[in-house]
Amino acid sequence: MSEVATHDDHHDHVPSGIGRWLFSTNHKDIGTMYLIFSLVMLFLGGASAMVMRMELFFPGLQIVDPDTFNNLVTNHALIMVFGVVMPAAAGMANWMIPIMIGAPDMALPRLNNLSFWLLPMAGIMLILSMVVSYLPGTGGQVNTGWTLYPPLSVQAGMGMDFVIFTIHILGISSILAAINIVTTIVNMRAPGMTWFKLPLFVWSWFFTGLLLIMIMPVLAGGVTMLLFDRHFGTAFFDAAGGGDPVLFQHLFWFFGHPEVYVLLLPSIGVLGLVIPTFSRKPLFAYKPLVWFMAMLTALGMVVWAHHQYTIGMSLGVTTYFMIGTILISIPVGMMLMSFIFTMWRGSMTFETPMLFGIAIILMFSFAGVTGVMLAVVPADLQYHDSYFVVAHFHYALIPGALFGLYAGVFYWLPKWTGHMYDEKLGKIFFWWTTIGFNVTFFPQHFSGLAGMPRRIVDYSPQFAEFNFISSVGAMAFGLSHLLFLYIIIKTIRGGEKAPDNPWEGSQIGTVGLEWNLPSPPPFHSFTTPPTIK
Amino acid sequence: MTTDDTYFIPEPSRWPIIAASGVFVLLFGFILYINNIGIGSMIGAVGILWIAYLFFGWFGAVIDENLKGDYGSQVGTSFRQGMFWFITSEVFFFLTFFGCLYYFRDITIPYLGGEGHLAKSNLLWEGFVATWPLIDLPDPTNYSPAKEAMGAGGIPLWNTIILLSSGGTITWAHWGLKKANKNQLVLGLIMTVVLGLIFFSLQAYEYFHAYSEMNLKLTSGIYGSMFYMLTGFHGLHVTIGTIMLIVITIRAMKDHFTEENHFAFEAVAWYWHFVDVVWIGLYFFVYWL
Amino acid sequence: MIGVRKFFVRRCLLIASSLFSLPAAAEMKLNLPTPAATITQEIFDLHMLTAYVATIIMVIVTAIILYALIKFRKSAGFEADLEFNHSWFGRWSWVLVPIIVLGIDFSIAGSATKTLQSVETYDDSDVTVKVIGSQWKWTYEYMDDGIKIVSNLNKNIPEDNDLYLRDVDNPLVLPVNRRIRFLHTATDVLHAWWVPEIAYKKDSIPGYINETWTVVEKEGTYRGQCAENCGTGHAFMPIVVEVVSEDKYDEWVNGQKVAMAAADAEARADKTWTLAELMDRGEKVYATNCTACHQANGEGIPNVFPGLKGSKIVMADMAAHLDMVIHGSKANPVMAAWGKQLNDLELAAVITYERNAWGNDTGETVQPSDIKSAR
Ligand code: HEA
Ligand code: HEA
Ligand code: HEC
Ligand code: CUA
Ligand SMILES: [Cu+2]
Repeated sequence: MSEVATHDDHHDHVPSGIGRWLFSTNHKDIGTMYLIFSLVMLFLGGASAMVMRMELFFPGLQIVDPDTFNNLVTNHALIMVFGVVMPAAAGMANWMIPIMIGAPDMALPRLNNLSFWLLPMAGIMLILSMVVSYLPGTGGQVNTGWTLYPPLSVQAGMGMDFVIFTIHILGISSILAAINIVTTIVNMRAPGMTWFKLPLFVWSWFFTGLLLIMIMPVLAGGVTMLLFDRHFGTAFFDAAGGGDPVLFQHLFWFFGHPEVYVLLLPSIGVLGLVIPTFSRKPLFAYKPLVWFMAMLTALGMVVWAHHQYTIGMSLGVTTYFMIGTILISIPVGMMLMSFIFTMWRGSMTFETPMLFGIAIILMFSFAGVTGVMLAVVPADLQYHDSYFVVAHFHYALIPGALFGLYAGVFYWLPKWTGHMYDEKLGKIFFWWTTIGFNVTFFPQHFSGLAGMPRRIVDYSPQFAEFNFISSVGAMAFGLSHLLFLYIIIKTIRGGEKAPDNPWEGSQIGTVGLEWNLPSPPPFHSFTTPPTIK
Repeated sequence: MTTDDTYFIPEPSRWPIIAASGVFVLLFGFILYINNIGIGSMIGAVGILWIAYLFFGWFGAVIDENLKGDYGSQVGTSFRQGMFWFITSEVFFFLTFFGCLYYFRDITIPYLGGEGHLAKSNLLWEGFVATWPLIDLPDPTNYSPAKEAMGAGGIPLWNTIILLSSGGTITWAHWGLKKANKNQLVLGLIMTVVLGLIFFSLQAYEYFHAYSEMNLKLTSGIYGSMFYMLTGFHGLHVTIGTIMLIVITIRAMKDHFTEENHFAFEAVAWYWHFVDVVWIGLYFFVYWL
Repeated sequence: MIGVRKFFVRRCLLIASSLFSLPAAAEMKLNLPTPAATITQEIFDLHMLTAYVATIIMVIVTAIILYALIKFRKSAGFEADLEFNHSWFGRWSWVLVPIIVLGIDFSIAGSATKTLQSVETYDDSDVTVKVIGSQWKWTYEYMDDGIKIVSNLNKNIPEDNDLYLRDVDNPLVLPVNRRIRFLHTATDVLHAWWVPEIAYKKDSIPGYINETWTVVEKEGTYRGQCAENCGTGHAFMPIVVEVVSEDKYDEWVNGQKVAMAAADAEARADKTWTLAELMDRGEKVYATNCTACHQANGEGIPNVFPGLKGSKIVMADMAAHLDMVIHGSKANPVMAAWGKQLNDLELAAVITYERNAWGNDTGETVQPSDIKSAR
């Protein structure tokens, strides 16, 4: 034991200067970088959404031309999914998993830093994809939407090549991060931290990691084939040479559907800590919940074609995908039930993370039931590619992923910074975003049903009212993020000192070791393996 | 599980950021290159050197640490598990292409040939007959159709035998390592490397033959596209595997490995077996069936 | 800037006033449009079923949460009941809840499967229309009658008219109460033909054919839009279907056939056309086929679609011009091979038009015979 201590003494200094960040092998520093990166990207992806919503304020072309609009749609989605939600979730994993399970760091610290630094590279490449189309002779903008369907993506200009390689870099980053996190969870738990003592967040990342390892290579394969069709004369997506454009959709959604659970699961993990804490009651049905997460992971891998009901699959195949998709309501329903019955007969208080938690349960259930409506094939033949789908997935993505991360941010800010955030501002932020969000996206269900297709830059006046409301909501929603930023900066810069354990109920149920450490934790958290009751 | 033997956290390291930027430079150059922008190939070449430097540097650092005995058993386990998951992701990468092969053969080409209810698509491709390997394309205007398809005998068969025996030789080398028999280890590795090189040369010859005599090209429609995609990515992995084999052969000669501590050897061996298994799939589905 | 602000304020007021005045609010449709065909009716009923199930689930979930929020608060003095998780419910809920959810799932899936079967029924039909999506227009081929219609966005409708982006020059005409089979395909990229009242969507995939069917029960005009992102003009590819009585339909078909025969005879006629005649026809061909990209003024869109006004190919190199239009661009598949879609006369006319419009004024004519030899 003393040997450990001496060995670690040697490390105990905190590296100084820019090198601390560039060359970091420390999970907390890398986690911080992930989180900051995703915050920056939130504003970038949000800004493109704001331009889209401004264009859609009224019928007619006002601000951007059609290709720029669709380029914004593409980048908005890619940035939000790969630049905001995944890095934020990975950042939290980096920060929290080692200190939850009593590990001194991630299993492969240098690889960890590589996973992070690939992200800014991918970000630069994505921005280049947008800029490059303004140079002469480079062809049109990437106007395909994030799904990059050929043949449109084969037509697109040079920007498309940048997007393809953006995805490659992001893919490498995600795979390496997933390998690291899974290995950490399997191999680095402190003695006594058995599998069913793990906090739910750790479990959720275990399954997320498995999903990433299985799906990212498939997307990489798909976009590689796209690259070959664009430049090397292959026939993968061209019927004249015996190929099929639909194949790309299968590859994309084989990745894409599990991907939505990659976005969802870490947030579910956060809720699995937040809800018990503020209900002062252990997580209801913890073990079954873990098994249902496993079921979600498995089922999520085999239902991808519900995004492609309109491509003309055979009756049998379509029916299979429909039933499979509907069945997903079972594991997800179980998760939400766990949360609801954790609150049941608890002793609730309503700090900001808990407010988000409750709102998420409601709004995400709503996304889920519209998801089940979409899963019903004949009805989807009407909904598909309309704003109804846009409404569904923003309800899923924003409460289901983004708000879950916000809950995590407020829950852990005291631990990360050593200061309490301003609870009053936190509550204002909660109400402001939640109302803004609903005003933005609720009307989109109706414009979708009325027949408004997605990815259109201009629309007929019959959709004007809904779009007007939606745009007003979006502006309010967007502005609320300035408050979010302010709260975070304020908390980092000072404020009430946070105790080791700022939340009364956080030691209830299956908890990690993070609350046993000071706030903020020392640069190296565990110099000796902690003991677990 | 954490044990209380020495825990190792690497010092801050500049390799990750060098790796990330190297990847960027390489891909940036490549994009310019495929879009016929002059300096692209130059930037790409810089990227390749950059990455090569990186691999020497990073792996060199790891090897040094390992030789100094910095790593405990937990680090070894982490490395092994990491390698395991990495190979898992590679498996899915190849499954993608096998899945595509299946999809074309059993779904789209029959459909283009008018199979299925109402023979709908043949309205567009009058006279097209579905076959596999697909030589006569629905519309060959933009393609250069092949004269014939690959057979299963000859070189591919030899290659199968070669690659399978290389799986044997590396296992034999592993036995040697476990018995601390350095000669057996080094000999086994050298044989494996040689077999890998032979495989590589035969494959190169076969490509040459296909291009020049059979007119089977990447641009020969879906059969050519699929053939080169699958065998090409496999070939790339053989190449990487062979380079790694050469590295560990040299390390074996320098006595880097002990009976307990030989993660690098195991990683390469796993990788090589994986490449082997992929080839069997290839031989079966691409050449034979 | 002032113009923009005025515009903004006016629009805001306009829309806000319509939001608050009741009759207009009643017009804001909250549901799928009322179906006018058997199959869309069936889908509509299914949609209502799932929507009701969704609503009920949401009501139940919300009610439980609200009750919990009110009852189990610390501020209301409620102490956490730590035994609850170990009650019989805590022990068995993981079986109970999935079983209930499974029951709901199967009842949804049951009705869905029935409807799906009618969607996928491919009986004989009375009329077969091949619907072809192209960037950015729809072409309809009546397979039994040999009629072909090209349908383009009607660009003359102002932004505040309800038909803005919803009207076309040549609508698809269909008979009421007859079984219609649509075969969907595309020439360049994916599109999707969607008219919510009468026809659900299936993608138009280049090189492949998809099939849908409908029996429209009410005469009328139905509108829809392209529902799969097809690039620059995706928002500008509306669909209009006129459903008319059977008699009127037959009449219309005969009229079209006569017109087609006349056009065909004309195109075959061994005649030398004058510049004025070709310009006149060429302008029409250009308007229906080429304006979507090269624009009516021939200036194209910088960096995306080349301008034809003053273009080298158009002004000088005749062989290259013919080749480009007939066989399409080798470099950029967006520029299609029009030889497959237009007849010799139309091609001759449009090429002549391009060489003389917008001040190109080369004075050259291209005759159908030139096209024939260039094909
Ligand atoms: C976090 C992201 C997320 C999540 C979690 C989900 C969850 C689900 N999604 Fe969603 N979805 C997206 C993100 C997400 N989705 C995105 C981004 C797209 C569009 C992509 C694009 O095209 O660009 C999309 C599109 C999409 C489609 C394609 C629509 C189309 O393009 O035509 C479909 C169709 O089946 C679908 C279904 C579902 C289903 C069944 C679930 C299920 O997992 C939901 C399960 C949850 C519940 C059902 C609620 C809780 C359960 C209960 C309260 C129990 C009782 C309930 C019942 C008995 C019903 N989604
Ligand atoms: C996690 C994912 C995620 C998130 C968080 C969001 C967030 C938002 N999305 Fe996005 N969206 C997608 C994923 C996401 N979206 C995907 C996958 C698509 C499909 C793309 C495709 O079709 O290919 C899509 C498509 C999409 C569309 C459809 C486009 C179309 O089909 O034509 C619209 C339109 O309203 C939209 C709007 C918004 C808005 C208003 C937000 C808001 O939540 C954003 C709010 C955040 C901010 C605004 C922060 C920034 C704040 C500032 C910059 C301060 C300045 C503020 C002002 C100027 C007011 N999104
Ligand atoms: C979907 C978009 C689209 C439509 C519709 C279209 N074109 Fe084009 N056209 C293009 C594009 C893109 C190019 C550039 C091709 C290239 O760069 O090789 C082009 C190039 C051309 C050129 C060569 C111009 C030059 O200077 O290089 C001519 C001539 C032309 N088109 C004529 C036509 C005619 C005639 C029609 C209608 C019958 C038509 N186009 C319809 C997209 C279109
Ligand atoms: Cu055609 Cu969208
Ligand atoms: Cu999905």
